[in-house]
Amino acid sequence: MSRLPFYLIVALLMVAGIAMSIHRHVQFEVPWTPGEQRQVWEIEAQVIFDGNGGPAKVDMALPSSQPGFRVLTEHTASPGYGLSFLQEAGARRAEWSTREATGDQRLYYSAQVLVTDDLRKASEAPAVTKLQEVAWERPYDTAAEQVISEAWSHSSDASTFTRELISEFTDERQGENARLLLTQFDRVPLLVRLLNQAGVPAQEVSGLMLEDGRRRQSLTSWLQIYDDGRQMLFDPATGVQGRPDNLLMWENAGQAVLEVEGGSNSRISFSMLSRNQPAAAAVRSQLAEDNDTLLNFSIHSLPLEEQALFQTILLIPIGALVVVILRVLVGLKTSGTFMPVLIALAFIQTSLLTGLVGFLLVVATGLVIRSYLSHLNLLLVARVTAVIITVIAIISIFTVVSYRMGLNAGLTITFFPMIILSWTIERMSILWEEEGPKEVIKQGGGSLITAVLAYLAMNNPWIRHITFNFLGVQLILMAMILLLGNYTGYRLLELRRFKPVTED
Amino acid sequence: MRNWTSPGKLKAKGIIGMNRRNIRYIGRYNDRRLYPLVDDKLKTKLLAQEYGITTPGLIGTVTTQFGVQHIAEMLAGHNGFVIKPAKGSGGKGILVIEKVVGKHFLKPSGAELDIEDVERHVSNILSGLYSLGGSPDVALVEALINFDTSFAEYTYEGVPDIRVIVFKGYPVMAMMRLSTAASDGKANLHQGAVGVGIDIASGRAVRGVQFDRSRTDHPDTGHELSSLHINGWTKLLELASGCYEMTGLGYLGTDMVLDRDHGPMLLELNARPGLAIQMANGEGLRSRLDLIERQPEGVPVAERVAFSQQHFARQGELQVEKEVPAAV
Repeated sequence: MSRLPFYLIVALLMVAGIAMSIHRHVQFEVPWTPGEQRQVWEIEAQVIFDGNGGPAKVDMALPSSQPGFRVLTEHTASPGYGLSFLQEAGARRAEWSTREATGDQRLYYSAQVLVTDDLRKASEAPAVTKLQEVAWERPYDTAAEQVISEAWSHSSDASTFTRELISEFTDERQGENARLLLTQFDRVPLLVRLLNQAGVPAQEVSGLMLEDGRRRQSLTSWLQIYDDGRQMLFDPATGVQGRPDNLLMWENAGQAVLEVEGGSNSRISFSMLSRNQPAAAAVRSQLAEDNDTLLNFSIHSLPLEEQALFQTILLIPIGALVVVILRVLVGLKTSGTFMPVLIALAFIQTSLLTGLVGFLLVVATGLVIRSYLSHLNLLLVARVTAVIITVIAIISIFTVVSYRMGLNAGLTITFFPMIILSWTIERMSILWEEEGPKEVIKQGGGSLITAVLAYLAMNNPWIRHITFNFLGVQLILMAMILLLGNYTGYRLLELRRFKPVTED
Repeated sequence: MRNWTSPGKLKAKGIIGMNRRNIRYIGRYNDRRLYPLVDDKLKTKLLAQEYGITTPGLIGTVTTQFGVQHIAEMLAGHNGFVIKPAKGSGGKGILVIEKVVGKHFLKPSGAELDIEDVERHVSNILSGLYSLGGSPDVALVEALINFDTSFAEYTYEGVPDIRVIVFKGYPVMAMMRLSTAASDGKANLHQGAVGVGIDIASGRAVRGVQFDRSRTDHPDTGHELSSLHINGWTKLLELASGCYEMTGLGYLGTDMVLDRDHGPMLLELNARPGLAIQMANGEGLRSRLDLIERQPEGVPVAERVAFSQQHFARQGELQVEKEVPAAV
């Protein structure tokens, strides 16, 4: 019988597992270690307006992932409103609508934004290269022409021209022409007009300066110009080029940030909060947004509560692997094959020392009571059931006593799987009667050692991180266990057992 | 590190480890489907009768808790008996009553039991306390074996039994298990019974071990082990080898006893025989199993036994053996 298919399957599982893990690491930037912290901004936008009593429609620009920032999650709170997300010309917008909006209306939008370091990534914002038609009234046309020609003569290309143009409007250099234009126009739209007239595609964009703990902030206006397919951002007040690190572009397509139909006094304000979270948690929410194809199939798309459950479930193979290693490679005897894994799971809840003490107390007391039950000559199922009730009673008493004594750690004893404990007691009791206390200590000790090792493996932060974030690891574990299941060599303890044979 | 050896040394000795036994022999030669034949002693017994293999006489079976109340009627008139679970393993749940005195049942150790104790034991068997996986079971009541008195000096309380490993129908290794005070009259090596390796060719003792350490005499009776010799050895081997045809299991542990009146008897079969037999023989199974693996199928029992006796002959370590009996 050829073992080739077996090794092919193992190799396939191994390769698939490693490939999936690397894919997740590269594509979703899931770090290999849990230690890395990532900065996450919680941003909340509040739209306030007075409803006119009729139908209302609110159209708001939304931020999208951009160099330096990645939008992880977004939520809205807008009772009574229908909501749709629109994607037009590369810009994302939210559209709220309702039949009747009367009085003070408040709509909320919140987003979690992860700070990333991929600044080099080309911006996906639409490069608006089209020049807008500009028409001036007299006497502004001559003023505009003069300002442009002044800046033009002091510059060499689009970016230096922009800088010069902005400085024409700064306080110290403000000439008469500039002052005249500012009486009629706002600064930023004016600059856009002038740039377009000079043949430099430009638009006004809005961004949010991120500062921790700020409330009631508003967006700031920035000047974006395009030159040779590159886009450049200028501070319209100072002429400084470039995007500050803490500027999140909110509206990037030269459109209005907020449009309200059927309402008045509309305004938008922002509050924000910075948090450092483990990268894993950041990724968790990031993935919730991604489309779940088979390749990035992820439990992170589940609600938080189910995720917490899965975190434990995905650890069980690790515990099982410890059991397989200890039984196949070491040859340790345990009472009940996977009972130690369940005990280890309980240890995770109780912490190791409390768990060990609790386990020994419950099993020891249970054995004493079980030895009395054996005199009653009961049927097996009834006897085990009696042991279950006894275990529950023991656990209740220990919990109450430890609480009275002020030992809160005692309360966690309820995490022990009671039915498993009962079977353990039953099995050990039979072992005691048949093979004596030595064997009980041997198997009980083996179970405890296995449970402690499984606990140490399952409670390791790095292993928790890896199993939870890289589902491919499960395939690798599967391959390893298949290989172990094929191991025909000696067990560690057999080197001791068979020692006398080799002596002569 | 004095108590440890290296894998290389074990390999050189041809010792087979648990993992290799499970994958290479049990997994490959023992069809799962056939396990019930040996895991259920009642089935084994009926099958053995069909194939003309002697087994201890059956007094009766108890299959229901209701039947437990009538156990006294079944036992009436029998001066000694053995109660065992049909699906027990490792000698668990076997109750030996050597003598019945009035209302008391005497164990070989001299302990007295009441009929209530016996009933409880049977009830425990039925609820699956001793069976594999805790499944409900049947209790067998068998006649006591009148073991060959020539072994009386070699055993304490219990019946000495002979374990023969039969691979593809060839007897490959054998040992006798002598119960001791430490093993509480049970013939389980890990409980302290003495294992004596038996030469496949002659039926004579090769080497003795207790608790995995060499021994030359019985710890309780003090009798030296070297003189141990099994009469009718070839017949016993043929009986054991025949179990291959009976069960179809390629890697089989057969437990035999020698009855004073009926000769060799099949006590039970084991589809997962232990590895302690290597300790008792001071030799690994590997080379013998490799040799048998190269033998063709369909060889008659007598020829297989002759083949084994020819190839697996051993000089005893316990005595200076002069002649090895010729193969049959």
